[in-house]
Amino acid sequence: MKQHSRKNMIALTLLGAVATATGVSVAEDVADKPMISPKTMADALHLVMDSDRTVYTQKIVNRLAKKEKVITASEHFEDEKALVLPAQMFRFGSELVAKRAEKLPDVKFSYSLQSMWPVNKQNAPKTEAEKAGLKFVADNKGQNYYTVEELGGTKYFTAVYADTAVAPVCVSCHNDHKDTPRRDFKLGDVMGGVVIRIPVEG
Amino acid sequence: MAKKSTMKLWLLWIVASLGAAGAFGYVMFEAGDKTVFMPGPLSNGHHQLADACDSCHTDPLGGGEVLQQACIDCHGEERVKPHDSHPRTKFKDPRNADRLEKINALQCVSCHVEHRPEITRKNGVTQPVDVCYHCHVDVGENRPSHVGMAFDTCANSGCHNFHNNRALYTDFLVKHMDDADLSDKPKVPLREFGSVIDEIMEYPRDHYPVEPLTLADKDAPPEFAADEEIDRDWLETAHAKAGVNCSACHQPRDAQGELTAWVDKPGVEGCNSCHNHEVARFKLGKHGMRLAADLSPMRPDMARLPMNDKAAHAELTCNSCHGGHRFDAAYAAVDACLACHNDEHSVAYEASPHAELWQAEVGGKADAGTGVSCATCHMPRIDFDVNDWMSRKLVDHNQSATLSPNSKMIRPACLHCHGLGFSIDALADQSLIDNNFTGRPSRHVESLDLARADQERYLREKAEAAQ
Repeated sequence: MKQHSRKNMIALTLLGAVATATGVSVAEDVADKPMISPKTMADALHLVMDSDRTVYTQKIVNRLAKKEKVITASEHFEDEKALVLPAQMFRFGSELVAKRAEKLPDVKFSYSLQSMWPVNKQNAPKTEAEKAGLKFVADNKGQNYYTVEELGGTKYFTAVYADTAVAPVCVSCHNDHKDTPRRDFKLGDVMGGVVIRIPVEG
Repeated sequence: MAKKSTMKLWLLWIVASLGAAGAFGYVMFEAGDKTVFMPGPLSNGHHQLADACDSCHTDPLGGGEVLQQACIDCHGEERVKPHDSHPRTKFKDPRNADRLEKINALQCVSCHVEHRPEITRKNGVTQPVDVCYHCHVDVGENRPSHVGMAFDTCANSGCHNFHNNRALYTDFLVKHMDDADLSDKPKVPLREFGSVIDEIMEYPRDHYPVEPLTLADKDAPPEFAADEEIDRDWLETAHAKAGVNCSACHQPRDAQGELTAWVDKPGVEGCNSCHNHEVARFKLGKHGMRLAADLSPMRPDMARLPMNDKAAHAELTCNSCHGGHRFDAAYAAVDACLACHNDEHSVAYEASPHAELWQAEVGGKADAGTGVSCATCHMPRIDFDVNDWMSRKLVDHNQSATLSPNSKMIRPACLHCHGLGFSIDALADQSLIDNNFTGRPSRHVESLDLARADQERYLREKAEAAQ
């Protein structure tokens, strides 16, 4: 019985090893197999970005600045010893991604927050796709805008997602800002859009 | 006959060419001195490295990417820390591809070409003076105060810097637009190294616990241990009081923590184990950049600024200003500078109002931090991120960091005592700089007035909207 058990153990171990090796090999094959379309990838990226930003806006900025009033949020967060604004957090993340992606040749995407009514004029739509996309998501609540455009000799799949005023701080900050071109935003309004670009072939 | 002669000439040409190629190849790949290839004199910022081509040209066959990396290696941190207003990532975004076609802002050399003195202007810039036009042509639409301004005026001192606008952004101007010329309590931050030692991870406290030492504790080998003046200097200054024994500087420990051989006159390496950030910053500035390139120390006779002849051959290391065992910070802050520097601004210091304040402080007639030495402005005490999680007051030994454009000096130095408007005007007035700020600014920069006009317009519109 004891010997039988040992044989079983050896067989099981061998079987386990083979199964693990096969699993690893299959996993490697699957990992390298292109399955995700640029649109699905853009949608997934946006889901993460939007969720993180919503959590930051609600659970940190709105809670601490608006509800509990223990700290303010400011564009000049260092000088004012304040929280980073949600839009800045988004932009800093985007800049860090761009910086880190330079060392990852297979990771090619960029994203930015833009608006037809930008506080910083550099964030106004520039390309035709941005202009059409921002107008589309503002006019068609709940829908995204997808297109292909060529910039600097490279073709991009470009997705535009509505950026909505989810918290009172979004509205008050934008309506009161010295440089805002629009002061009548209401809660739930589309204030701009997230533009994600993924280079594509063809 | 003619054929033979032609053949000989060809042969001679080939041999001469091969010889020349071999000689140049040897210089390029093997020889230390490669200045034969230098296409033109270096700018004021880099001339100290003229005999170290490979400081920037790290690969003889490398292209633009090698040079770009060389720029980043020395200047990268200076671009990040003050929140560069034109970061690389902004231009990497595909939406700015059209802008890159006009100006390749991803490459430092697009605006800072070396070896071209004929087109190099102040601050080492070589791009056309109206370069801002390409991206900011419509600035007047959003800033009515800027309508009609010429695009060669954007970067005038006191208005905008391409990279560092920490003292010049609109809301900062607004916040400080009513500052008095001189603040109520003019005082610079005090040094704090001694009080943050416990928080410095890399401090060698295992070998040198922060406890006062006596003469009996001295660990110098007997053959170096009999100098009363050195003993007195050591005991009377911070090192003995903080447990820093002779071996800490004269026998820097190796990677395994073992004492190395005694060095009678340690270089910057002796200071590095405790003052690594000061040393690193020193090596980034004009005083220490030759050491960073493994060259001999900088000497006044290599400088382009007027220097005292008597100090022509003095070598610049930590001990040049701090002395061996007394390392007197007060001496280092003025006397050490004036021992070498002999330009108009430096010579005028001793008769300036700043010097008067400094004399009062060192003479014990005024509070610490109220005097203004050379170092107060040129080596300001900055909030320095020593790592991702900790910041401390650091005497910035990179004295070049705030030199050009000089408006970079406003926040770390001027604003401790002066108002923003006064500071901007003073730094834009060359005659006032030359006489070391004896008198009042005779120039006026309009940036504060424009910010005030914009702010008043905003408040007026807001009030009208509320009605």
